[in-house]
Amino acid sequence: MGIYEISFWFLTVMALSCALGVILSRNPVNSVLFLIATFFAISGHYILLNAQFLAIVNIIVYAGAIMVLFLFVIMLMNLNADTEPQKNRLVQIAGAISGGTLLLVILAALRTSTITSLDQTSTDIGLIKNLGKTLFTQFVLPFEISSVLFLSAMIGAVVIGKKEQTV
Amino acid sequence: MQLDIAFIIEKVLLISVILLGSLGIAMYATWAERKVAAVMQDRRGPNRAGFMGLFQPLADGLKLFFKEEIIPDRSTRFLFILGPALAMLTAVMTSAVVPWGPDISADNGVISLQVADINIGILFIFGVVSLGVYGVMLGGWASNNKFSLLSSIRAASQAISYELAMGLSLVAMLMMTGSLSLREIVEQQHGFWDNGYFTWNFFKQPLGFIIFLTCAFAELNRAPFDLPECESELNMGYHQEYSSMKLGFYLFAEYINLFISSAVIATLFFGGYNFPFMDEVAGSVNPILFAIICVMALLTKVICIILFFMFIRWTLPRFRYDQLMRLGWKSLIPLALVNMVITGAVILWVIK
Repeated sequence: MGIYEISFWFLTVMALSCALGVILSRNPVNSVLFLIATFFAISGHYILLNAQFLAIVNIIVYAGAIMVLFLFVIMLMNLNADTEPQKNRLVQIAGAISGGTLLLVILAALRTSTITSLDQTSTDIGLIKNLGKTLFTQFVLPFEISSVLFLSAMIGAVVIGKKEQTV
Repeated sequence: MQLDIAFIIEKVLLISVILLGSLGIAMYATWAERKVAAVMQDRRGPNRAGFMGLFQPLADGLKLFFKEEIIPDRSTRFLFILGPALAMLTAVMTSAVVPWGPDISADNGVISLQVADINIGILFIFGVVSLGVYGVMLGGWASNNKFSLLSSIRAASQAISYELAMGLSLVAMLMMTGSLSLREIVEQQHGFWDNGYFTWNFFKQPLGFIIFLTCAFAELNRAPFDLPECESELNMGYHQEYSSMKLGFYLFAEYINLFISSAVIATLFFGGYNFPFMDEVAGSVNPILFAIICVMALLTKVICIILFFMFIRWTLPRFRYDQLMRLGWKSLIPLALVNMVITGAVILWVIK
């Protein structure tokens, strides 16, 4: 096994176990920390794919900004394991059934699929120069439309924030 | 894939030298800070341990190491320990992408004075800076103390707000350099004067530099933006419950951050290891001596910037929290955007 495969399996195990940690840990702060570790594992996968730009943007945007805000909210609300609200039994049963169905579907899909070996052909599309050229030539319309979407979300957030201030 | 032993040894050596160097400089930055404060307030400053108090940092370090280690009863133990560790880790991680000197061409290959020349060097710095908040936030929350929590939330919101303006101010500069690699940015600033204009980015992006510098002050939690450790409102700040070397690590990480960010500012805006008439010097001395001179030039710039940070700290009073937020969101971000538009117009119509 080469260093490539070792790091691939290490990152995969890390991503999966940290993702499990997110839903299994009782303390919400620990959940957020596990989620950050998951993002790091996924960024590691991006680096293995030679997509350095995606890897670092994943860290800046998700681990550096969004998760900080999550942590912010959780800390201010001071959620602890003992203050966790008791969930309705009906909700629990519904959750178990829907989750179990999803598991069955995934298992059925996995059973019929074949395992392909890791392919190590190098690509350069993830490097910032190529990615930028592709985004601003081939996909310029979807790119600009998604930026309009972000702008409207931002304006919406400002409007909601203002409304609370005046009331 | 074959592992190159010589390559690993070279990198480990370089990393150790940079790490020890930044620790040493951070250590003496604490001494310099107290001396600068003393000079500006017409005092003598530390002068008991050694000549001019030069052993004072060692004495402080020893004191912190030998103090009793207290972990509060109601704290979240693991996160309480993780906080200072993260602060220290993110402080030193940025040094990996700073080019400390030019390549040295030896008999058997080229020795690079940069740990990793990744083509997204600036984004790496932003990534690490944005992670730097976690050390403060986790430490403050895990202490289970209201003042620590308030202070860590202040620190986090301040860091997030100023990261935006920081990124925007650099976008304008990146439009001129056309590269995200720190090495390329430094090489474009070769020498001092070329083609009838200065080569250093400071002269090409003065407004961007001022915005970046202001944001650096805020990111470093230094006066006039040291609200996270505002004693008059928050007792002491996010490290109130910390004692012994854990407190030491928080304080020390701040000074390492100061050193590394001064190095980044010198690299981005003041030509890094370049200095005037460097081609003439390169022609007359041997390559290793030339590399040493280049490293010295970079360190001189870094020390000047550190001193500037200190002068500002002891000159300006602390901002109020709403003033800080207003400055960040309503002045710096629009200024950075205007700077970006002007730079774009100049590149499009003037320089071409």
